[in-house]
Amino acid sequence: MTESSLNAFKGTLAQERELKDVIAKHKDMPGALLPVLQEAQGIYGYLPIEVQQMVADGLGISLSEVYGVATFYSQFSLTPKGEHRISVCLGTACYVKGADKILAALEEKLGIKSGECTPDGMFSIDSCRCVGACGLAPVMMIDDEVYGKMTPDQVDGIIDKYIKKGGK
Amino acid sequence: MKLEELNKIKKEHEQIVKVRKLIASEGEKLAKKTGYRKQVLVCGGTGCNSSGSKKVIAALEKSLKANGLEKEILVVRTGCFGLCSLGPIMIVYPEGAFYSQATPEGVERIVKEHLKEGKVVKELLYEKTVHEDGSIISLSETNFYKKQLRVALRNCGVIDPENIDEYIAVDGYQALAKVLTKMTPDDVINEISASGLRGRGGGGFPTGRKWSFAKASVNDVKYVCCNADEGDPGAFMDRSILEGDPQCIIEAMIIAGYAIGAHHGFVYIRAEYPIAVERLQKAIDQAKEYGFLGKDIFGSGFDFDMEIRLGAGAFVCGEETALMTSIEGNRGEPRPRPPFPAVKGLFGKPTVLNNVETYANIAQIILNGSKWFTSMGTPTSPGTKVFALGGKITNVGLVEIPMGTTLREIVEEIGGGIPNGKRFKAAQTGGPSGGCIPALHIDTPIDYDSLLALGSMMGSGGMIILDEDTCMVDIAKFYLEFTVDESCGKCTPCRVGTRRLLQFLEKITSGHGEMEDLEKIEELSRHMQTSSLCALGQTAPNPVLSTMAYFKDEYIAHIKDKTCPAGVCKALMKYEIIPAKCKGCTLCARNCPVSAIKGTVKQPHVIDQDKCIKCGLCMKNCKFDAIYTH
Repeated sequence: MTESSLNAFKGTLAQERELKDVIAKHKDMPGALLPVLQEAQGIYGYLPIEVQQMVADGLGISLSEVYGVATFYSQFSLTPKGEHRISVCLGTACYVKGADKILAALEEKLGIKSGECTPDGMFSIDSCRCVGACGLAPVMMIDDEVYGKMTPDQVDGIIDKYIKKGGK
Repeated sequence: MKLEELNKIKKEHEQIVKVRKLIASEGEKLAKKTGYRKQVLVCGGTGCNSSGSKKVIAALEKSLKANGLEKEILVVRTGCFGLCSLGPIMIVYPEGAFYSQATPEGVERIVKEHLKEGKVVKELLYEKTVHEDGSIISLSETNFYKKQLRVALRNCGVIDPENIDEYIAVDGYQALAKVLTKMTPDDVINEISASGLRGRGGGGFPTGRKWSFAKASVNDVKYVCCNADEGDPGAFMDRSILEGDPQCIIEAMIIAGYAIGAHHGFVYIRAEYPIAVERLQKAIDQAKEYGFLGKDIFGSGFDFDMEIRLGAGAFVCGEETALMTSIEGNRGEPRPRPPFPAVKGLFGKPTVLNNVETYANIAQIILNGSKWFTSMGTPTSPGTKVFALGGKITNVGLVEIPMGTTLREIVEEIGGGIPNGKRFKAAQTGGPSGGCIPALHIDTPIDYDSLLALGSMMGSGGMIILDEDTCMVDIAKFYLEFTVDESCGKCTPCRVGTRRLLQFLEKITSGHGEMEDLEKIEELSRHMQTSSLCALGQTAPNPVLSTMAYFKDEYIAHIKDKTCPAGVCKALMKYEIIPAKCKGCTLCARNCPVSAIKGTVKQPHVIDQDKCIKCGLCMKNCKFDAIYTH
């Protein structure tokens, strides 16, 4: 299977309508591209080329301009993310307290590298720079839940909890 | 909104907030007048939120209802108290009882025993706030708070950030009223200039001078911007101010608008700070409703409005020209200066851009005067500075100190020292643009100039404490990895230079370094400092240069002896078996993933160093502590 068929765009009509509303709302605002892309990613979960094309057409700018912005900022992803998004803080406070070992334990547990998504689409791992919970270092987040004062051997149990929940 | 209305709201809410500032006996008298017997303040900042303060508040409200106390006890969700490592934090007034690491179960006890029956639950108090005889030590007397002076953080942990009335109760919008009714724009700029306030975002440029440049630029449209793109990993000062006291930023931006003749403001804030964004938006809505934002503010004829723009995760957008390019909807790349933003900034118009903490000082300077401000701090750096204290330190959290406080006071007194009896090695300030201050200089009074003289910089206020277990080469490598990731790629010295610097450090930490690499690092660094387009590239070599200046022996140990003195760099570590301790149980040999351990049963084993991949499994498995690293 090629990469493109794995990540084939599966946008719905409802999503497209929502995106068009967003574009209409921002069209006359100076500097609209960033807010529009942020909302577009909220709708689709990521920014495939098809969505970027719709944004470009809607705002009357070129696709290359949209692509340039979408690839510049780390918040934007051109590939889909997992159902549960894991993010390990590699800010300085977490790093000096061993956050790299938490990341390594996660990568080993899920068999993927940072920046990747598990084949079943359940988990993706990313590293981030400081969620601002330095008092709890090292910290990782799964979706909106914060796990603080982590040790590598806690990783197994936490991930298993999510797998169990998903299986039900 | 008129001044009389403002003062009326202030009077109505003043007493409730005052209870939180008085010592117990006076507070008790006042509490009776407010209609609430007691007030419970719970921290709702990001730190405490992450450690579960939402659950604590829910449990508190439920338990108060169950005990029929909800009408006598006021629950307030505040911003950050500063002691993030003890979260969730909860304070009960008028006693000032400081409960740390609160849990829903603990809350039930506190409601029943303390709030209902009036007996403080001593076991749940933060131990540093209890005398041996059991009486409560006021928070301001604890080591953590004693040396602090809260100006920018004055309302954090005191007021409810989502209630504009509480901000008004603590003199909120009085400065704006004064500016709009009694001062000319020049008066405002003169007052700020006289205060000597310098930009708290890192550069330390005089704020008054910045404003006067923008005022002097003639244009029908000008802008006021707030830089809340706090990208330094390990820094969370600006976030805490926005979460704990968002109105003070709005007030200051309106004042700046009046001073330079701008009518529109933008706050550029990290999308990674959802709580701060939410509270700031609520604060803007409330300020609009009260007429502090909009047309004809205080009947002065002056109009001002503002909006939030979210960043999208690019460190370089903390640089002023990149930030404005990003608000304009483009790739956030910096551009050469001049023209400076005060002449040609956002959308090509004259713009003033200040950092969150800088704005947090403005209203206080207007109200108390520039003399009051210069009475704090050092002659060249008046006022206070907020630091996010993190890393290997007991009291991780947010501290605000007068400029000129020594590093020793911060580490040993406020920070409570290094945990686990370890030795202080260095403090890293200024993040990826800064450097480290070694133990040798621990008595240096901290201000803009002293830090520069030491080869570091103030930066926005991240302060990471490093102990003897930290490898300085590894830390320099960590920051370089960061700048390689975050370099925008526009100019070659930064794009290529950061990568080459990182390659040198990787070479050294993997045991392949040569002595001449050190000279090459220095030369490359000089080129980057002089020829990079923006501060990101110009300052990127700082973490390497400053660690090389103070810890050259560590670099040499990595290069010549092929060892990492702190035992961090994996490639230089060696696992060995102590023959006297080894019982020959074969456990290590059986579990070694690369079969690097040889030996016969009941005889001491040996690790083949050429095969060993340093995974550490043998050491973890050994029941006799017979394996060690060096």
